[in-house]
Amino acid sequence: MKDFAALFTAIDQTTKTSLKTKALADYFTQAPDADKLWTIALFSGRRPKRAVTTTQLREWAAEKAGIPLWLLEESYPIVGDLAETIALVLPAPDQMTDMPLSHWINTLQDIYKVDPDTRKTHILAAWDQLDTTERFLFNKLITGGFRIGVSQKLMTRALAQATGQDEPNLAHRLMGGWTPDTTSYHALIEAEDKAADLSRPYPFYLSYQIDDDPENLGSPKNWQAEWKWDGIRGQLILRGGEHHVWSRGEELITDRFPELARALDHLPDGTVLDGEIVTWDGAAPMSFNTLQKRIGRKTVPIKLLKDAPVILLAYDLLEENGKDLRQLPLATRRARLDALLTDLPPDAPLRTSPAIPFPDWQSLAQIRADARENRAEGLMIKRLDSPYLAGRKKGDWWKWKLDPLTIDAVMIYAQQGHGRRANLFTDFTFAVWQGNDLVPFTKAYSGLTDAEFNQITAWVRKNTLQRFGPVRQVRPEHVFEIAFEGIHESPRHKSGVALRFPRMSRWRHDKPAQEANTLDDLKGILNAFQ
Amino acid sequence: MRDPVLTFTDRGIFCPAGGFHIDPWRPVDRALITHGHADHARRGHNHYLSTRQAAPVIRHRLGDITIDTLRYGETRRIGDADVSFLPAGHIPGSAQIRVAVGGEVWVVSGDYKITPDGLSEPFEPVPCHSFITECTFGLPVFKWPDQADVARDLNAWWAANAADGKTSILGAYSLGKAQRLMTLLNPDIGPLLTHGAVEATNAVLRAQGYQLPHTQQIEPDLRIKDRPGALVIAPPAALGTPWARKLGPSSTALASGWMGLRGVRRRRAADRGFVLSDHADWDGLLSAITATGAENIYATHGYTDIFARALNEMGWAAQIIPTEFGGTEDETGTEAAA
Repeated sequence: MKDFAALFTAIDQTTKTSLKTKALADYFTQAPDADKLWTIALFSGRRPKRAVTTTQLREWAAEKAGIPLWLLEESYPIVGDLAETIALVLPAPDQMTDMPLSHWINTLQDIYKVDPDTRKTHILAAWDQLDTTERFLFNKLITGGFRIGVSQKLMTRALAQATGQDEPNLAHRLMGGWTPDTTSYHALIEAEDKAADLSRPYPFYLSYQIDDDPENLGSPKNWQAEWKWDGIRGQLILRGGEHHVWSRGEELITDRFPELARALDHLPDGTVLDGEIVTWDGAAPMSFNTLQKRIGRKTVPIKLLKDAPVILLAYDLLEENGKDLRQLPLATRRARLDALLTDLPPDAPLRTSPAIPFPDWQSLAQIRADARENRAEGLMIKRLDSPYLAGRKKGDWWKWKLDPLTIDAVMIYAQQGHGRRANLFTDFTFAVWQGNDLVPFTKAYSGLTDAEFNQITAWVRKNTLQRFGPVRQVRPEHVFEIAFEGIHESPRHKSGVALRFPRMSRWRHDKPAQEANTLDDLKGILNAFQ
Repeated sequence: MRDPVLTFTDRGIFCPAGGFHIDPWRPVDRALITHGHADHARRGHNHYLSTRQAAPVIRHRLGDITIDTLRYGETRRIGDADVSFLPAGHIPGSAQIRVAVGGEVWVVSGDYKITPDGLSEPFEPVPCHSFITECTFGLPVFKWPDQADVARDLNAWWAANAADGKTSILGAYSLGKAQRLMTLLNPDIGPLLTHGAVEATNAVLRAQGYQLPHTQQIEPDLRIKDRPGALVIAPPAALGTPWARKLGPSSTALASGWMGLRGVRRRRAADRGFVLSDHADWDGLLSAITATGAENIYATHGYTDIFARALNEMGWAAQIIPTEFGGTEDETGTEAAA
């Protein structure tokens, strides 16, 4: 565990990608295979089975530290991470050992086999053998969410450096439903790729937001435009007589969208499509709000299938007749996609996301202005001769989103942030006027600079009117422009509306609280938006 | 009923029997000052009283003020109160203030730390009935490593940067933390350079007889190429400014108690964070409070609600006192803000 902790420390102490990659590549060169496999698993979002509940962890840690449980609970939001909180409150270890990472993971994997009291003994014994950093990592293995500033892309690059393999090839190998229990380092990384998992998706190609003006992209003849749909990016795989649906977060979501199974009736085996899953009213996408009801549901009730049916709006063809098309230019892939999806019956759960013709950039800007009416959040602009790359690469795919909606609101509650922002006030509740009352309608956490967060934190400390636990009611004095991507009715909220992706876009030092917007203004946006 | 020895007003802590305030944040006639940090020693009072050791820095920072001094442990009668200053171990010259009225003793801790840093006058517990304590780090997640271990890590970081041809820039508050760090650094590694704000404080402290290692202020004509392997101590606000960029390829670090939290360490966007605080950690606070023998504890500045609740459960009568300490001089190092 000491070499893994040293790797973590090296990564944690730098913000430079090159240094992180080097530290990880060095680790991949010298660590035992079992540890390497788990490291790859952890940095690609896989983790050991949950060994004990976090409730048990908290109780055992408080007991071991000799503090009341509530004190640990109160410390947690300030530290921002439960694994770290526990690592910090525990007394110093007195039986330090240096067992490999896989040893500790195996300990956790096997723990369900013993009775609860023995589980506690195992965990306490582990804490007593690990220093603070190692404990933090050990706890992270239990609590999950192993995010320590290493993306899968960075990990893949480091692995490519360490093994001398091609990075896109490795990225493809790492996709799919494997876990360290179902494979080995050799099978995953080194062995011939004969038994390729039929469900394995291709790495998604991700776009960048366009910097300023598409004029800079050169001649419009070299580009294709499409609507940027407000749905879930998905890859539909038809192989071996089965279908698989993957989300961009590499989650297998096949069972959540049973409608897509009917793609097998219409398309040949050996087909992989990239597109957007949206709820569909028969002619156009429905609002994201309806799709929201489908997200997170692993089984779908029949009524919901009827009220919020989904289809895939396909915009790329990655595999045809079992052949990888990603190196072909977009124009060719698009022609084959259109040919493949042409003449599908109207009830097929598939359509092409049409290419939008435009003579010049100015016309495209006008088209973009109509995005909301077309249930889109903007446009995608893709270079016609571009191959389908892996990951976020600048140059060929651009998103050109609509400007967000905005409203000026008064800050009325403040709460300290978590994690990175633990000792600053960063979580705010905003209100608009209804007569002489301020009606809260949204929270926002992001959008200010560190300097602004420092400034507002000092102000909150001196202008607290009341405290409700961690929440402080502050003097209604500061106005912020709140930007958001969408708005819909919500009977659960006092204001009657809920916003999508709200954030603080501007601190309106120039506006007194009385001049902030009203609830009627907000409802006006709602009506215009629906 | 008799007035309490100390009361809490919108100007700060007040002693009715003596007619003076302690570390007030709005102008008053007579102010007793625990130490020279800006949130404790403010402008605008008619009469100041501090330790003899704290006065030069306070004068340096506040300019033309009327300031009277006491030796550590010396008692002065003010009105009906007996007042004395005892070492707080926070920074050179820092004090706790003991106030006795008619046999009842209250102590205001100011800012303090328990473990000696080799430079500040070491903390002394002061027996009292009521203790007003800061609790900047009043959570059990704050436990300081040994200063010697931090010094080892600091010097290893400096030496590694020097070997890489990089300047080391260490952000530290210019009064207290900067000087403490200087005494921990190994001058054999390379030259020790300072920002003007730090060097001005060094000069004041040296003139008083505090032993500091040799440092050189960075003047506009200094060429960093002539000082390979240098370590620069500067206020945190100077990090990332054009001034810092003139120091060539560099690695930056901060030293503070907050660096014990990974989230804060990362938010500060310095390359390294060293856990080194001039405040007491959780165990330090509890041992200090125990050593006073006080029954009544007033918690101020920090995680007061949580800390007071924990103390109450442990058997003390603890309350929260709202103050305006911190903020301007938060240990996270926004020295110039607000």
